Amino acid sequence: MVAYIIRRILYVIPIALGVSVIIFGLVHIAPGDPLNAVVPPDAPKETVELLIKAYGFDKPLPVQYLIWLGKALEGDFGISYATGRTVSDAIASGVVNTLILAVGGIFIGTIMGCLIGALAGYFQGSWIDKLATGFAIAGVSVPHYWLGLVLVIIFSVELNVLPAMGMGPGGSTSWTWDSEHLKHLILPVITLSVIPIGIITRSVRATIAEILTMEFIQTLEAKGLRKGHIFTHVAKNAAPTVLAVSGLQVGYLLGGSILVETVFSWPGTGFLLNDAIFRRDIPLLQGVILVLAMFFVILNLIVDIAQSVIDPRMNRS
Amino acid sequence: MVKTYSRKNRLALLVGAVTFSMMVILAPPTNKAQAQGTLKVGMTLADIPVSFGQPDQGFEGFRFMGLMLYDALINWDMSQGDKPSGLIPGLAESWSVDPSDKTKWVFKLRKNVKFHDGSAFNADAVIFNFDKLLDKNSPQFSARQGSLVNFRIPSIKSYKKIDEYTVEFITHEPDSFVPYQLCYILMASPAQWEKTGKNWNTFAKTPSGTGPWKLETIVPREKAEFVPFKGHWDANRVPKLEKVITIPIPDPNARTAALLSGQVDWIEAPAPDAIPRIKSKGFDVVANAYPHVWSWHLSRVEGSPWNDIRVRKAANLAVDREGIKALLGGYAVPASGHVTPADPWYGSPSFKIKYDPDASKSLLKEAGFSKDNPVKIKAMISASGSGQMLPLPMNEYIQQNLADVGIKVEFEVTEWNALIDLWRGGAKSPQAKGAHVINVSYTTQDPYSSFTRFLRSDLHAPKGVNWGFYNDPKMDELLYAASAAFDPKERNALLAKVHTRAVDDAAFLWVVHDVAPRAMAKKVQGYVQAKNWFQSLTSAYIKE
Repeated sequence: MVAYIIRRILYVIPIALGVSVIIFGLVHIAPGDPLNAVVPPDAPKETVELLIKAYGFDKPLPVQYLIWLGKALEGDFGISYATGRTVSDAIASGVVNTLILAVGGIFIGTIMGCLIGALAGYFQGSWIDKLATGFAIAGVSVPHYWLGLVLVIIFSVELNVLPAMGMGPGGSTSWTWDSEHLKHLILPVITLSVIPIGIITRSVRATIAEILTMEFIQTLEAKGLRKGHIFTHVAKNAAPTVLAVSGLQVGYLLGGSILVETVFSWPGTGFLLNDAIFRRDIPLLQGVILVLAMFFVILNLIVDIAQSVIDPRMNRS
Repeated sequence: MVKTYSRKNRLALLVGAVTFSMMVILAPPTNKAQAQGTLKVGMTLADIPVSFGQPDQGFEGFRFMGLMLYDALINWDMSQGDKPSGLIPGLAESWSVDPSDKTKWVFKLRKNVKFHDGSAFNADAVIFNFDKLLDKNSPQFSARQGSLVNFRIPSIKSYKKIDEYTVEFITHEPDSFVPYQLCYILMASPAQWEKTGKNWNTFAKTPSGTGPWKLETIVPREKAEFVPFKGHWDANRVPKLEKVITIPIPDPNARTAALLSGQVDWIEAPAPDAIPRIKSKGFDVVANAYPHVWSWHLSRVEGSPWNDIRVRKAANLAVDREGIKALLGGYAVPASGHVTPADPWYGSPSFKIKYDPDASKSLLKEAGFSKDNPVKIKAMISASGSGQMLPLPMNEYIQQNLADVGIKVEFEVTEWNALIDLWRGGAKSPQAKGAHVINVSYTTQDPYSSFTRFLRSDLHAPKGVNWGFYNDPKMDELLYAASAAFDPKERNALLAKVHTRAVDDAAFLWVVHDVAPRAMAKKVQGYVQAKNWFQSLTSAYIKE
């Protein structure tokens, strides 16, 4: 097991390097001059050239990549072209704000997904199953952006019971977990958790339905085990699949959602990424994508290790 | 102990109470309204503009950061909305060109002006700020700030301090447009720059200018809070509000929802289809024409169908501008040229731009084209972008109009920043791939931005942004004459000739002028929407 864990951690290094190459490459192959978004269209050529030199765009791409990677490894993602603020600070505040949102989304998504999925799996073919499956399909299919807007129209504009945007009276700098600020969480969290609920519900339902048809369940029933007891066996067998699916969803939620955060003007990583894309702020863009990608890499690592701990049959060593 | 009053005392009390009540009742409402209220503004931007002096994010950055914190030597008059804004004295009380050497300008500075930090504004501060932009060897030089504004001061060759309150500017050649250039250069406090460690990024956290607002709080991507600068040199521009909070809300639907739910009091650029709903909920929507034009910039390179004036005129006559105005919810002004007829530069073009498909077809027939044998045009457009209004539906509308008369348009839809790159490159660049049109909307705020940069033949791309390689020696003459005319009346007359010639030549396909709709709660009072890209919030107040 220890050897597996060490090997799995070592795998992270080439994955992270590959991710960094892809991110850097994709950001730089996008059409247009990298300074377009921060320099006015008819800025004098000599000024633009001065900036190109100052930002190091005159160097070959591989050199630019190595310089960026070297600094990134030290936690220095550079300075935003657009604002002059450090990218690390912008990412740190964005991640914290997205975490606030993601905690709610993860909680609702995982709990509701497992609960509805388990019910649907246990009562396969019943009206509960049909209702749950319908809900899951709707959850997976409904566009985030649209749902967020509809919720805002109903609860903010028409009923005026919940705020439409922002992180509360003082913004993120004075965030506290009181009712005044929690009100701002409700609509974005509901919007954000709909897709994870749908995906987790479908996975849990399918897994449980499959496990219930296995022979060992019949054996347990033949032995006269109570339903509650059998459920613990089912849950244990379903756990690795549920964990893998939930892990990906957690990564997705931690990454923030450009659309949800933009609709609710929530200053998280999604909002930051949106701004970076539109202003073509390369240091910010590269920094945010790298951090978000690393979230996925690390979450996958944790999920893989957790799966092998929960289910020794996987025998990954 | 119970206190008793004599009849005389009671009468005095009664008179006093009545007098006090009358004073309260009869006091002018503005007194009560002034110096009170917080205005929350939803901007279209995704981030707070930079606050270190020259703002980023285009003219909205100037509107909601630059001109709030800072003044220029010459300001725009934003006190009225009836006629186009003109230039007025700002930190310079007066300026004049040397009659014997028209490359020499002398600016007399305003005395007793203080920056927000209490330091004095003087000639040294002016030199400091120009060095910041133009002198690479000065410690305060900022390439970033220079990149944001130096293209607006192409005429400035040198500058020097004459005395404590006099500054001299030398231009490359006689240029009467200099005042229009200098109004973009904002004056930041040298003392505050020293105090903040001689670092512009640190300065940006506690900036200091001479503008009517002081920055109290800035939270990136969330909000900026401004409070009045009571010591502003112009008593008429001391803000009436207690505070202004600007909030970036880039999504138009989110902005609308924020307004309708009462989270903000004012939004910029509501989506046209949301305006009826905003009005029905009891909000005001204000709009006013401003120096903006939405047009097709035509390629005049060899082989372009636009080289035939009949085709250019036919296109201008084929577009149903009232239909496009309706598409925009009524919030646009049909264009009959680069500027509106109310503009002193409009002139008297003989070519009347209107919707006349029959006349358009006749012109095309003369040129040898018809619906069966259409002119083929390739147009580069964007899906979004600053000042672009609703580029996709508007362009599709025009495409249909042109198809109806015999001009077949094929679109090359490009991301906004990539389109800007193509625009810089010019119609002859390989990246343009033979495109005949580029759709970039323009400001018409000053003569250089309106005409010179697009029409003068020495500014062909990539040297300038004469994208279409327009080349007319007579137009060059007029443009040079206008920039050399130092009498405003003479200059306006020459610019009117420029515009007349451009319209008669159908130099562009002009479509509409934006009217900058903005929606606000009824409690927002006192705001005057100037006919300008920039606006002032100093007269606004909240009346509950």
